[in-house]
Amino acid sequence: MDSAALEPSLYTVKAIFILDNDGNRLLAKYYDTGLYPSMKEQRSFEKNVFNKTHKADNEIAFLEGMTIVYKSSIDIFFYVVGSAQENELMLMAVLNCLFDSLSQILRKNVERRCLLDNMDGVFLVVDEIIDGGVILESDPQQVVEKVNYRAGSEQAFGFVLLDYITGNMEGQADENPLSEQSVAQHITEKLALTTTVLQSAKEQIKWSILK
Amino acid sequence: MIKKFDKKDEESGSGSNPFQHLEKSAVLQEARIFNETPINPRRCLHILTKIIYLLNQGEHFGTTEATEAFFAMTRLFQSNDQTLRRMCYLTIKEMANISEDVIIVTSSLTKDMTGKEDVYRGPAIRALCRITDTTMLQAIERYMKQAIVDKVPSVSSSALVSSLHMVKMSYDVVKRWVNEAQEAASSDNIMVQYHALGLLYHLRKNDRLAVTKMLNKFTKSGLKSPFAYCMLIRIASKLLEETEGGHDSPLFDFIESCLRNKHEMVVYEAASAIVHMPNCTARELAPAVSVLQLFCSSPKAALRYAAVRTLNKVAMKHPSAVTACNLDLENLITDSNRSIATLAITTLLKTGSESSVDRLMKQISSFVSEISDEFKVVVVQAISALCQKYPRKHSVMMNFLSNMLRDDGGFEYKRAIVDCIISIIEENPESKETGLAHLCEFIEDCEHTVLATKILHLLGKEGPRTPSPSKYIRFIFNRVVLESEAVRAAAVSALAKFGAQNDDLLPSVLVLMQRCMMDSDDEVRDRATFYMNVLQQKQKALNAAYIFNGLSVSVPGLEKSLHQYTLEPSEKPFDMKTVPLATAVITEQKTEIAPVATSKLPEKLAPSRQDIYQEQLAAIPEFQGLGPLFKSSEPVQLTEAETEYVVRCIKHTFSNHMVFQFDCTNTLNDQLLQKVVVQMEPSEAYEVARYVPAPSLPYSQPGSCYSLVRLPDDDPTAVSCTFSCTMKYLVRDCDPNTGEPDDDGYDDEYVVRISPCGDPSETALPIGRHVASSSLAFSLPAGGPGGDRRRPHTEGPEAQLRSSLGGGGRRVREGGDVRAVIGPDAGGGREQHRQFPGDAAVRAFRQSPGEQELPRPLPRRRVPRGPRRAAAGAAGAGGRGHHAGDRAEQRGDGGGRHPGLRGLKSPAADLGSARPGFHFFFFFLLFLSVSTQQRSHTSDVIKL
Repeated sequence: MDSAALEPSLYTVKAIFILDNDGNRLLAKYYDTGLYPSMKEQRSFEKNVFNKTHKADNEIAFLEGMTIVYKSSIDIFFYVVGSAQENELMLMAVLNCLFDSLSQILRKNVERRCLLDNMDGVFLVVDEIIDGGVILESDPQQVVEKVNYRAGSEQAFGFVLLDYITGNMEGQADENPLSEQSVAQHITEKLALTTTVLQSAKEQIKWSILK
Repeated sequence: MIKKFDKKDEESGSGSNPFQHLEKSAVLQEARIFNETPINPRRCLHILTKIIYLLNQGEHFGTTEATEAFFAMTRLFQSNDQTLRRMCYLTIKEMANISEDVIIVTSSLTKDMTGKEDVYRGPAIRALCRITDTTMLQAIERYMKQAIVDKVPSVSSSALVSSLHMVKMSYDVVKRWVNEAQEAASSDNIMVQYHALGLLYHLRKNDRLAVTKMLNKFTKSGLKSPFAYCMLIRIASKLLEETEGGHDSPLFDFIESCLRNKHEMVVYEAASAIVHMPNCTARELAPAVSVLQLFCSSPKAALRYAAVRTLNKVAMKHPSAVTACNLDLENLITDSNRSIATLAITTLLKTGSESSVDRLMKQISSFVSEISDEFKVVVVQAISALCQKYPRKHSVMMNFLSNMLRDDGGFEYKRAIVDCIISIIEENPESKETGLAHLCEFIEDCEHTVLATKILHLLGKEGPRTPSPSKYIRFIFNRVVLESEAVRAAAVSALAKFGAQNDDLLPSVLVLMQRCMMDSDDEVRDRATFYMNVLQQKQKALNAAYIFNGLSVSVPGLEKSLHQYTLEPSEKPFDMKTVPLATAVITEQKTEIAPVATSKLPEKLAPSRQDIYQEQLAAIPEFQGLGPLFKSSEPVQLTEAETEYVVRCIKHTFSNHMVFQFDCTNTLNDQLLQKVVVQMEPSEAYEVARYVPAPSLPYSQPGSCYSLVRLPDDDPTAVSCTFSCTMKYLVRDCDPNTGEPDDDGYDDEYVVRISPCGDPSETALPIGRHVASSSLAFSLPAGGPGGDRRRPHTEGPEAQLRSSLGGGGRRVREGGDVRAVIGPDAGGGREQHRQFPGDAAVRAFRQSPGEQELPRPLPRRRVPRGPRRAAAGAAGAGGRGHHAGDRAEQRGDGGGRHPGLRGLKSPAADLGSARPGFHFFFFFLLFLSVSTQQRSHTSDVIKL
């Protein structure tokens, strides 16, 4: 029975998911289509896993015939699911890689809000670590390099603002050689942008003073 | 950008979710800005993120809207923003299945995968392969080959992994990339190595020689990647298992050498591989166990868990090997991770001494409520094993189990506990009273009907023989008052058993029965009325026949027969004797006691072979109306094992017909056979009434075709017949790899010949008591290609045989023997008949007493667990009957077969709870059966 389950295969990871501290799904990927094919089953599995694991940070659990390694950070939980016979340390390698890569791109702010603000980066990181259940990369450094993602978090806000004010509209200016027609449009757009950005900056400063 | 910072809830803390109230339609509306010029990468990026987020949350996208969004998205390829482009790849992958015409992006992706930007190339390959199908794959094959050997690791890895995904879809194309994969395997990058190894193995796994070569190469060259090492270990151990290579093989040495690898992952994989090897000696286990022992003190929970889980497995087979780790395991029983603690304790329970049991039980009961059901079952199983080992500890165990029984838990968990308690009761007579008391308490508040009926049955069996049976009456009668119909019915049966065995309780039981006769459920009323009347007779024989003994027929068989009977209304009463007897039921050996997925797989009841056949035959419309199946023969190989087509024959005997089932297997992978029929040429008055062809016989998938033969009824002397068989079919050549058949085929035939090693005695078909005074010999000699027939028997001895058998009267009739002898005849026509009619007669006669043994009820068992329990069960079986096994037993009633009325009530009890409607029919039969009782077996005789 066990040897049959240990069929040599690269398909190591059955599922990977990130939940918030209410057990809501922030991201979930199921790689084995036979396992929990419907959304309802997936949700109930996640709920069950969350209920059993959120109280104690025990790193590893065995539920519904599945080995689950997990890790929590502030208000989010990371889970990697493998079959009962899977090498637990392989799953741990995936989990650690996921966590460390996210921690790097989120500049150590591994918490729900920051994660949601950089959801695109999170999707890309997961995509670089696992492809269809196969471990693609296990070195967080490599993952971060491949994703090459700049977190647009609040810390970066000041710099972005500066960019706008100085007119360094990143990405836009260089990729659209300004045609005569578009110049006027471009300028209005830029002005509009700057106003909104300034406004929100003002508001932010106000809030930080009030705090 | 703007979207991101414009949030009103910016400062409202971490409780908000920018994606919380996303509406699909609004997002799709927003996706229109993809068409704006110039492209605003930030806004587009944010919208793409929203789309992917919605998909990830399980939002359903219709084909039209998905396609629309997809096409809008393709425009974003014009932008050079890196993240945006990467998100486009992700969107393509996510939408590959829901949008139409995704292949439109093929050229863009191909451009990216061969472009200069390394960041794009890997993800582009993965996205491209996701949308590519077999026909398109040819077009990108060249690029894939290049990508596999690309010097950029991410490109190479992506190409290898994508190829692996595509092996399932188009094996042939990917197979051509073996050389490239081989080259990639010698890459310096550890992940590329791993992926190349995985792909190579997948492409070669059916070729053992190639796998061996590959293993040799890689074990020598030494890989860098720990993942690749794990993979190699798995391949090696699989190969060892397949070749049954001894433990002196270089592969085993390789696995053992991995125990000294510097990566824990590899060390653990190797240790686990050694532990899982079949028939490993203690000496070979030792190094693996000592490695695992080291892991037990690791600060990493996952490593501790892995180690103790593996040690737990070792302890099941070689408890002594784990004894050395006892000290380390002791440290783990207080581990904060309860899974680890549970595994440590259950391991210790297996390896430790009797003295430590109390302490361990105390420890585990302190946190048993915190662990998951899966582990609770493990604990119960460990206790069950322990009880067999240290019978004296049963009181501690019993206490513990009763506490567990009171806790919340799922059905599997409760069932494990109940099973465990029952096994303790069976083994330790002195624990019986406490055990029954705990079970009584449990059924007071039990939501599982199956468990309640099971316990009631046990109470009925064991309760009357305890010193004070009266105290169980209350618990049982409470069930009659409070529970559902099935439980009430089981409770009535249990009550009746008390009344039948204890004379002083009889009056009270009769009063209670009276009460049960008012029940709202007719099954309960029926049972009560029946038992009431039997009990009032106060005759021991009646009690024994109708209360203690149930039925010994196979329940599926009975169901089938009754169904048949209702379909063909006849004047004749239903005859219980036509129902096949229950044979020893093979329950699946319970899988290992380990925290594996066992709890998800309930033990399946394996119906007897004959029941399966009956089921199969009943599903074929042509065989409707043949009546009940008397007997199916053992399969007989008609071909040698190595031939192109493997055919085996099973004979099913019906009252006026025989059905020959030919199980054919096509072993040629370049052929697809269709309309397969085995044509039979009978020699005697027999006629082939019908052929049922197997519609299609693809490579290595067995199929069945049938021939229906009518037994001649006008000539009862025609007892033997020779058939020559030719398999006829339509051949369609097909591609061995894809299985795509050619359009047209041609007819062909194949002479079924018989393996010369067949011993006639193996093909003898004991029909047991169902068939009287007939010995029929069938021969299926193939003859040469011409299919010549021959009659192996002379009339003389045959007649003698008949008279000798007929003279034996009923006893012999019951033990009669229908045998079909397959004459072993090689194609050359060499006379090789080893059986002579006289010989057959002697054998038939000799076998007859043995056959009479057959229908005897076997001791009832739940799961054959150990010889010791089996012996105990056999000893205690007495006149007690048994059932078709687990399923029937869980319904709450056991029983044996008794001549005469033949437990007509008990089957009703059993089927009644499973199939409402049947029980009423049974009651009706009760009245009819008086006539049945008188009938001899004449109606069963196959007139030949």
